[in-house]
Amino acid sequence: MPAPIPDLLTTLPYGPAPESPAPVDAWLDARGRRFGLFVDGAFTPPGAGFDTVNPATARPIAHITQAAAADVDAAVAAARRAQPAWAALGGHARARHLYAIARHVQKHSRHLAVLETLDNGKPIRETRDIDVPLVARHFYHHAGWAQVMADTLPGHGPVGVVGQIIPWNFPLLMLAWKVAPALAMGNTVVLKPAEWTSLTALAFAELCRDIGLPPGVVNIVTGDGAVGEQIVRHPGVDKIAFTGSTEVGRLIRAATAGSGKQLSLELGGKSPFVVFDSADLDSAVEGVVDAIWFNQGQVCCAGSRLLVQESVAPRLVDKLKARMETLRVGDPLDKAIDVGAIVAPAQLETITRLVRQGEAEGATVWQPAAACPADGYFYPPTLLTDVAPASTVAQVEIFGPVLVAMTFRTPAEAVALANNTRYGLAASVWSDDLNVALDAARRIKAGVVWVNSTNLFDAAAGFGGYRESGFGREGGREGLFEYVRPIDARPPTPARAPAPALPASTSAIGSTNDPTLPPIDRTPKLFIGGRQARPDSGYSRPVHDPAGRTVAEVGDGNRKDIRNAVEAARAAAGWADRSAHARAQVLYYVAENLAARRDAFAARIALTTGDAAGAAAEVDAAVDRLFTFAALADKHDGAVHHTPLRCVTLAMPEAVGTIGIVCPDAAPLLALVALAAPAVAMGNAVVVVPSPAHPLAAVELYSVLETSDVPPGVVNIVTGARDPLARTLAEHADVDAVWHFGDAAGGAMVEAASAGNLKQTWVGLGRPRDWSRADADTCLRHATQVKNIWVPYGA
Amino acid sequence: MPHADDPAADTAAGAPNGAAPPRPDAPRAPDGAGARNPGVPFDLGWVEAARVNRSAVERRAATLPGRRTVKREWQAAWLVRAVQCMDLTTLAGDDTPGSVARLCAKARRPVRDDLVAALGLVPGDVRVAAVCVYHALVPTAVAALRGSGIPVAAVSTGFPAGQTPFDLKLREIEASVRAGAREIDVVISRRHALLGDWQALYDEVCAFRAACGDAHVKTILATGELGTLTTVLRASLVCLMAGADFVKTSTGKEKVNATLPVGLVMARAIRAYREATGHAAGFKPAGGIGTARQALDWLILMKEELGGPWLAPERFRLGASTLLGDIERQLEHHVTGAYSAAFRHPMG
Repeated sequence: MPAPIPDLLTTLPYGPAPESPAPVDAWLDARGRRFGLFVDGAFTPPGAGFDTVNPATARPIAHITQAAAADVDAAVAAARRAQPAWAALGGHARARHLYAIARHVQKHSRHLAVLETLDNGKPIRETRDIDVPLVARHFYHHAGWAQVMADTLPGHGPVGVVGQIIPWNFPLLMLAWKVAPALAMGNTVVLKPAEWTSLTALAFAELCRDIGLPPGVVNIVTGDGAVGEQIVRHPGVDKIAFTGSTEVGRLIRAATAGSGKQLSLELGGKSPFVVFDSADLDSAVEGVVDAIWFNQGQVCCAGSRLLVQESVAPRLVDKLKARMETLRVGDPLDKAIDVGAIVAPAQLETITRLVRQGEAEGATVWQPAAACPADGYFYPPTLLTDVAPASTVAQVEIFGPVLVAMTFRTPAEAVALANNTRYGLAASVWSDDLNVALDAARRIKAGVVWVNSTNLFDAAAGFGGYRESGFGREGGREGLFEYVRPIDARPPTPARAPAPALPASTSAIGSTNDPTLPPIDRTPKLFIGGRQARPDSGYSRPVHDPAGRTVAEVGDGNRKDIRNAVEAARAAAGWADRSAHARAQVLYYVAENLAARRDAFAARIALTTGDAAGAAAEVDAAVDRLFTFAALADKHDGAVHHTPLRCVTLAMPEAVGTIGIVCPDAAPLLALVALAAPAVAMGNAVVVVPSPAHPLAAVELYSVLETSDVPPGVVNIVTGARDPLARTLAEHADVDAVWHFGDAAGGAMVEAASAGNLKQTWVGLGRPRDWSRADADTCLRHATQVKNIWVPYGA
Repeated sequence: MPHADDPAADTAAGAPNGAAPPRPDAPRAPDGAGARNPGVPFDLGWVEAARVNRSAVERRAATLPGRRTVKREWQAAWLVRAVQCMDLTTLAGDDTPGSVARLCAKARRPVRDDLVAALGLVPGDVRVAAVCVYHALVPTAVAALRGSGIPVAAVSTGFPAGQTPFDLKLREIEASVRAGAREIDVVISRRHALLGDWQALYDEVCAFRAACGDAHVKTILATGELGTLTTVLRASLVCLMAGADFVKTSTGKEKVNATLPVGLVMARAIRAYREATGHAAGFKPAGGIGTARQALDWLILMKEELGGPWLAPERFRLGASTLLGDIERQLEHHVTGAYSAAFRHPMG
């Protein structure tokens, strides 16, 4: 029964505009609506498993197989078999495969879009206009990286077999973000889609088969978290790439600790959406729509915390409410729907519970008048006002169409509120004043900052978080490094056995120029906040020469000394704001003063190592390292990515923050300098735990640091037992990264303990390195994290 | 004198079968329902505080047509409304009484009677909002439209460039009003906007409005010549403060005419003015609107940014000359299910 046009003319409603599911239904029917796994280039017969449900109707649409442990084994084995040949194909051949994938995604774009909407509940407008085009773009872009890999990343090879676990909010897009760079760099993959949204991954598997991708290069195993855990723990996997909740990310970090697996984590967020009084408020309102009502707010980087300058807050909130009234919630297959269905009842329940909790804590809940559909899992766009940072809903990721609003008074307060979170994934900053906008963009701790825009993504730009939003980047040149490892043919610096402990002899403690006089006792303390501090414990620890005689004593640092050092490092955060040139000057000055005392340092090293010639060379090498990183301080700069917008997309390496550095026994001075210099050069503050066996060069550094204009707190040195101190650093919530180059067990401990705040780790696991020529670029990448700042422009 | 948004006027309003455009249901202007925009005192601070982020506006404008669409009978209804909001226009050097009379005949019956009937409407329901001509053709158009209720709009004030003497502009308006034009489409002096001389623009538009008397005034910003969207926003606000009944994008003679980003900014100016003063004003995109799809995009923009009352000729006009032909073909396609041809529809 058609609607009478005269009636329609009275109010001009939109009416239905459905996208037909018929072609996708036919595709599902042709497969019996039952799907197996994709292993070694072929589908396994469908097995026991579970139904996948259309969230808009709450009806099942297909049966998905739960992979067993043997299936994961088979997938990993297939990937392992395929990997050498895939890498050996060369960049050009891999580029052709990736190009073919991109073309096929485009050719079947509507099929993929409709399938995604049916399985996930997100509006067809988004799958059609955003998700699938970005998928194609990601494969095109990385086809290019495959083509030029040999030239642009010399000295790097594939990691090997990569286990990839992706979430349900952007099923196919997250697959593309994972698979494209992995394949481009010569890796093979075992990918597990989210339990609720497996279908587009399986359609992608068909696509891989259809284009003739070699068997085993891409394997898709479906199932619940148990399958993910099998991948994570599988000894045949060289790297895990995970996108999902911070909670699961923590488990993965702990599970992979010490395994030698590389890890990249893209986790949760509570991203600030900051509106200054200098913003175009109407545009900011549209930005909010794109920030929190995109994909029903089920977006890790959703701008879910609205921070508005108090002077314009009432106006903005009024405009926002008016705009919310025009949002259309409903059938995601309707082309004119803004907000579709929540992915699953469990998620709907979480959202509902958190909003109730917010209300109970005093928030005012506002929702537009229009009702949600009764079938399926829907939640209305929701605004919570009267919210404070102390409110649960201001801290916890809701992962739904729920915005919390707070106010600020000044730009500094805006940044403080924006950073008042354990997350650091993304931020959106709205101001037409360039000074205000860029200042906030630099100061907010987030891996992605959108200026006067939000939720912009592109294969050429890096995406990834700070803090507990994870580490590693996807997209851009910076994202490639997650899927390569350096091929280092250089021989390592010889390891030194720790000196055996023998009965104490104090004959060598202290110093003297006159054998007729007793030596003047020397009392190395700890170096914290620019001052020599007594160890909290009140104990010293002996230092032995190769013969086992005690030749010196150093402070026996404990967890409180680490605490003090971390506080001193945090207080020195202004170091990152110094110009790179100024930081370089300080490093050169350290080198100058170290070189001036070359012989003294060599003697202190040789005292415990017994290698006088090697010690002198080591001091020279340390000076060389200082010069190298002083030189690079103002040269390890960023990039402007070619994103397909009228936009300057800045990729800026920023200091990580406070880095704990746990030194090896090999090359006690050189390794310390080779690690601390790049960290300091990039603007980090460091807490160094020197080699317990050979700490004398480190304590000798105190006076060098004191006389070289190193600001207090930038370099802190705590001598003592290595791994207890390392554990304190790894567990400390205000330490942003720990580099551990002790033994494998210590490295594993650090990785496991780092899960608490998901700090970045860099562990040697006891593998020897050449400290005199350690790859500077690798050091600098560990010393920085890339922030992508999108600045659309236009007069 | 009746005018377009006077409910007593014999325009499309009041047509049978519920086809009448809705009366504004938004909060009323303090000075009465359906009242003209009386203007407000000039407020330079407001003008200078107004700002537009171009990239964000362009993003909204680019994604809006993908966010909203109308299909089947809903689309047919929207296209009928596009016709009802149309200022059917001819502004050519070779316009003659004959060609204008032909256009006016089309204005009375813009869509074939059989199609109108098939849509469930009666022929009187479907008429254009106005016919827009140069001053010299106003008497012809007034005569040709007599009894139809369709007002004649005259472009004025040295259209299109607006570089004629100021007193001549006022005399031109007065002459067109005397000749029977009920709507005057004036061009603003772009130099006032480009130089930021907002007081001068305000004074100019106030004078134009006064010269119009009871005739409605549409101020043409010629946005393609204003350089930035911020200038478009500020010029819009100044015209609204000066009492413009409509703000209009373009003359159709600039290199760039009506674009959705410009329309979005002007719609937001109308909204901001409404929020601040309580006075409602209309919007008219003109120039370069040639397809039914574009007409729908403009209607969608109105519905999304300003709401239902702006889907009626009292507050929305489409300035167009070739658009009607495409809409006629789409309506025939809706009725018959087969694609149409231009020659099947009477020329205007």
